[in-house]
Amino acid sequence: MDKAKIMTGEELNRTYLRFAHQFLEYYNDPSRLAIIGMQTRGVYIGKRILAEIKKEFNIEVDFGILDVTFYRDDFRSKLKMPDVKVTEIPFDLYDRDVVLVDDVLYTGRTVRSAMDALMDYGRPRRIKFCCMVDRGHRELPIAPDYTGLYVPTYENEEVRVKVKELDDEDAVYLVNVPEEDSDE
Amino acid sequence: MSDYQFNQKHLLGLADYSKEDILYVLEQARYFREILDRPVPKVPTLRDKTIVNLFYENSTRTRLSFELAQKRMGADVVNFSASSSSTKKGESLKDTIRNISSMKIDMVVVRHESPGVPHFLTTCVDAAIVNAGDGAHEHPTQALLDMFTMQQLHPDLKGKKIAIIGDISHSRVVRSNIIGLKKLGAEVTLCGPKSLMPVFIEDMGVKVSYNLDETLAWCDIAMALRIQLERQGHGTELFPSLREYHERFGIKMSHLEKYPDFHIMHPGPINRGVEMESEVADSDRAVILDQVTNGVAVRMAILYLLSGGTRI
Repeated sequence: MDKAKIMTGEELNRTYLRFAHQFLEYYNDPSRLAIIGMQTRGVYIGKRILAEIKKEFNIEVDFGILDVTFYRDDFRSKLKMPDVKVTEIPFDLYDRDVVLVDDVLYTGRTVRSAMDALMDYGRPRRIKFCCMVDRGHRELPIAPDYTGLYVPTYENEEVRVKVKELDDEDAVYLVNVPEEDSDE
Repeated sequence: MSDYQFNQKHLLGLADYSKEDILYVLEQARYFREILDRPVPKVPTLRDKTIVNLFYENSTRTRLSFELAQKRMGADVVNFSASSSSTKKGESLKDTIRNISSMKIDMVVVRHESPGVPHFLTTCVDAAIVNAGDGAHEHPTQALLDMFTMQQLHPDLKGKKIAIIGDISHSRVVRSNIIGLKKLGAEVTLCGPKSLMPVFIEDMGVKVSYNLDETLAWCDIAMALRIQLERQGHGTELFPSLREYHERFGIKMSHLEKYPDFHIMHPGPINRGVEMESEVADSDRAVILDQVTNGVAVRMAILYLLSGGTRI
């Protein structure tokens, strides 16, 4: 199934560090910054970036978790069995600089849903989007602000980001998927 | 949960739901509960769905709860109450539902005084049917919200001791609760006057007690049921008086002091001073208002899970 390992754990760690620097370069008031990880793997990626920011700059940044299942426009056609996960945003989003974090950017529909969801929580000043891998095939006019790696893929390929907490390893794989199994 | 698939199209009663189905619904409901606490407690999940609430029998509380759940998820809602409709002009249930169905609806929430009406509707229309109470048969969403509330007190209900106290005969809540709780492995004891206890109820796998003190000493959760005077013909035919009922089977503050462990539930509306003393209903041992909030979350979960089908 695995076609190629396109990022190693070491490369992922370097990318987390780069994201940490990039996030703080842009925002002149870090206390306004909030990182929101998207379920499921975006949460772990977000937490790693958060840890890097703390280590490098000794700054505490608010962190939230977002599940967009309720906002998806394709949940009936795509999800075989709907499974809702936790959403937890324990701070006020009003006037914050929010960075949404996800593992893979594909059609852009998940990010669109996430923006809808965030707006229901309050009115952030800005929303930026950070993804570990951009695999192309956009169906909506959405572009990431921070990208770990851009990997042009075929439709029958998928990108799997692995995190230690769930998958026992840190790595990114490019895999071949038979058409009917594709669920991303 | 690996091989498990939620394959239900309707919610007619908990008898049709497996233990896994029930646990899955309750698990999903946890996340819907969280939506209710959000600054904007509304999600667009059902915005392309039309739901009709078909209430042949009055129930303000259940209807409000369903309606709120539907609106929180952005569904279009039509309300139908029998008192102001063509049933008064002699239209049959089947014709009513087929007419409504022709208006392109996706789900029907039905409450009717006759047991079996929700089953019957599944043969008339393609929409998903949710039973909101049929006669003295089942009231599955109430039982699900009760179990959800119990889970907040005791995450695993296996082996937990649940007492259901009061008017067992006239209650549909009790039937759904027994079915659901048995599937989750809880022990159930029914307690109430003999005249309000159906014969052969033990066949459902429950114990029966006529002694309130014994029952309260035993249980982890005591659920009092409303005395349904309106179903007894002329007031209190089945027991001497409300006062005597309260004396024998009402939960009192003295019970709370004597047995410090059990929590109190009630499906509402409460007759204060009958099923329990007013102070008991307001005490911190009662989770009656949690049941109401949880009701909206559980109903949202059910509507969400059953809306997965294709549009008719």
